[in-house]
Amino acid sequence: MINGNTALTIDNVRLNSHTDLDALRQKIIDSHDPDQPEVLVCHGTGCIANGSKEVIAAFKKICADSDIDVKVMPGIKATGCQGLCSKGPLLRINPQGLFYQQVKPADVEEIIQKTIIENEPVERLLYKDPKTGEAIHTEEEIPFYNLQERIILKNIGKIDPTDIHDKIAAGGYQALAKALTTMSPEEVVAEVTNSGVRGRGGAGFPTGRKWQGALKAVEKKGGPVYVVVNGDEGDPGAFMDCAIMEGDPHAVLEGLILGAYALGAHKGYLYIRAEYPLAVKHLEMAMEQARAHGLLGDNILNSGFSFDAQINRGAGAFVCGESTALFTSIEGKAGTPRPKYVRSVEEGLWGNPTVLNNVETWANIPLIIEKGADWYSKIGVPKSTGTKVFCLVGKVNNVGLVEVPMGSPITKIVDEIGGGIPSGKPFKAVQTGGPSGGCIPNELKNTPMDFDSLTEAGAMMGSGAMIVMDEHDCVVDVGRYFLRFLEEESCGKCIPCRLGLTKMREILDNFSSGKGSEQDIEDLESLAKAIQDGALCALGTSAPNPCLTTIKFFKEEYLAHVNDQKCPAGVCKDLITYSIDPDACTGCRSCARQCPQDCISGKKKEVHIIDEQNCIRCGICMDTCKFNAVLVS
Amino acid sequence: MEDQTETIDEIMGCYPEKPEYLIFLLQDVQSAYGYISPESMQAVSDHAGVPITQAYSVATFYQSFRLEPKGEHEVRVCLGTACHLKGGSRIVEELERKLNINAGETTEDMMYTLDTVNCVGACALAPVMLVDETYETNMTAMKIGKILKKTKTK
Repeated sequence: MINGNTALTIDNVRLNSHTDLDALRQKIIDSHDPDQPEVLVCHGTGCIANGSKEVIAAFKKICADSDIDVKVMPGIKATGCQGLCSKGPLLRINPQGLFYQQVKPADVEEIIQKTIIENEPVERLLYKDPKTGEAIHTEEEIPFYNLQERIILKNIGKIDPTDIHDKIAAGGYQALAKALTTMSPEEVVAEVTNSGVRGRGGAGFPTGRKWQGALKAVEKKGGPVYVVVNGDEGDPGAFMDCAIMEGDPHAVLEGLILGAYALGAHKGYLYIRAEYPLAVKHLEMAMEQARAHGLLGDNILNSGFSFDAQINRGAGAFVCGESTALFTSIEGKAGTPRPKYVRSVEEGLWGNPTVLNNVETWANIPLIIEKGADWYSKIGVPKSTGTKVFCLVGKVNNVGLVEVPMGSPITKIVDEIGGGIPSGKPFKAVQTGGPSGGCIPNELKNTPMDFDSLTEAGAMMGSGAMIVMDEHDCVVDVGRYFLRFLEEESCGKCIPCRLGLTKMREILDNFSSGKGSEQDIEDLESLAKAIQDGALCALGTSAPNPCLTTIKFFKEEYLAHVNDQKCPAGVCKDLITYSIDPDACTGCRSCARQCPQDCISGKKKEVHIIDEQNCIRCGICMDTCKFNAVLVS
Repeated sequence: MEDQTETIDEIMGCYPEKPEYLIFLLQDVQSAYGYISPESMQAVSDHAGVPITQAYSVATFYQSFRLEPKGEHEVRVCLGTACHLKGGSRIVEELERKLNINAGETTEDMMYTLDTVNCVGACALAPVMLVDETYETNMTAMKIGKILKKTKTK
């Protein structure tokens, strides 16, 4: 809440028109003194894990205990993910717009004294340019942020996601009010179609066409139509939907209500992954507050249109991100997909026409309605319009949430926004699209990140995870990792996926233990083809992608595992040995004490030796050694 | 035991007697007791109006349901892609050695349950593990002993 007190002075009244909404918005803005200090503490999952809850508690305690002049008493807000997760906990201080990183509870007293009271920055908490070492004061000056184009993430990190008034002040529900008062449902569908927006869940199906498909089905067979949010973000390494639901839940909700209006739906579902309790909580609060304001429920904004929604929590099954499996799960059953002879927009939930869109897609809808299809379609590239939010993770300097126009080249995201990889060398590969996507090598770093270019490269947009790999990451191991993941997550309904993935993983196991052959590569490719052709759902048909792209771009590395009995990256346990560099070893006994096998010998101050026979290659000695004396070969 | 019946009745009172609420019911029972006992399973399937076989089919299909009681502390290691690349599986192996159980199992003294999860969304701090609700970030095998000791003294 703005300055912590607007909820007390502005009533939670039901809004009955666009004018009511504007009046409330003005009242909220007027009640906020722009010069009043404001502390925005990031409460994204990453920053919470790093201790941001303790930081906010320290602010509240010190402010309450001190005798700060009421004029400078800061408002304290917990916000959604501010983006630069690797430098958390993050803090933004207004009105100066100062950006502080790695803030600890012990820093809070100094921040209050120096920044809030004396209006001076605390130098050591400022972001430092990695190249020049120069301190940068505001978010807007940091390359990680100013090279992005943040339209979906615009409010995330700036508003309190648990307070609808903060969202209304930022322009929330303006698109809904505009549509309900000045647009027909057909016009809303036309606007979405003309914008060219495509589904952000992975496959990139044009959203407008999906909506039209559902409308046709309603026309043909009648019956209710449902709108559903796919918040079952299961790709490991992807957390953008989580960040959107946690940080700006009203954007998703407003999009869903707009979709319901366009399609004539009166009931909606938000299916949210089990591991995201905070997203569930924030959406529940958002729905409750929207109902109280007449923005959800009966007779929305007195327009005669009624719509309500409920949240279904997932129960831990990756396959439930697939449309038909997700519907089966909402119906209360085990979430297995069904063959799609009839598309799910025609026969979805309980056999009725259903529009399922991803979280980020829904969050795009209010922007399209508010600013128009013309404005939207100018962002990005002609066949992939708008922006895309990516999760940049792995071996990269700036880990976090990145939003860029569709079609931005990989190198811009990894090398410019991400600041390259820690060793300063070129990255080895970027894995996009999670278990359905592929590994793109450095040679293709100019590949534009849009739906069609990625598919052409053999990868996939997926939901938007970008995992950066360096020379210490083994492609065989990555291929195995994804196959094992999918093998565990396969629902088992169809044979190509259930048995085919296991077989593929077994072949890769052979490679990682040096037992593969060139014939195995051919077998992998033929198995992959059978799975792509025969599997029931997209989980199966896209499952071979990670393995196939690694073979396509890194065949030599596969062959090195067989011909040279070596894992060039030093990852595959059966092909590596640990040894101690006698020149670097100081004989500190640290590794010997930690070794679970007791297989490191050597007296204090003498060079140690690893007994290769007993070594289980757990790598603990390497982690322990402060002198980089443990070598892997 | 009396308490348990009361709570189960309370949970069932929150949902209409329809099959579509089966997952909701199982989730609430699990968060109240940490697992779903055969008695709860019977009660829930009766309430939702589905055969008990279907309730078991659902409870065993989804990973988050547990049919055995769990230990006092739940240790979950993230094996998302970022955590995998940064050595998450080495953390699991060391925990398996230290606790003398495999992932998915509970120690004999019912102190710890060890599980793996597919990404908790804290990829910037990989590898990550969770002890109950506390995130342990940038994990190394050496940190494990101290972290486990901390839970014992609590």
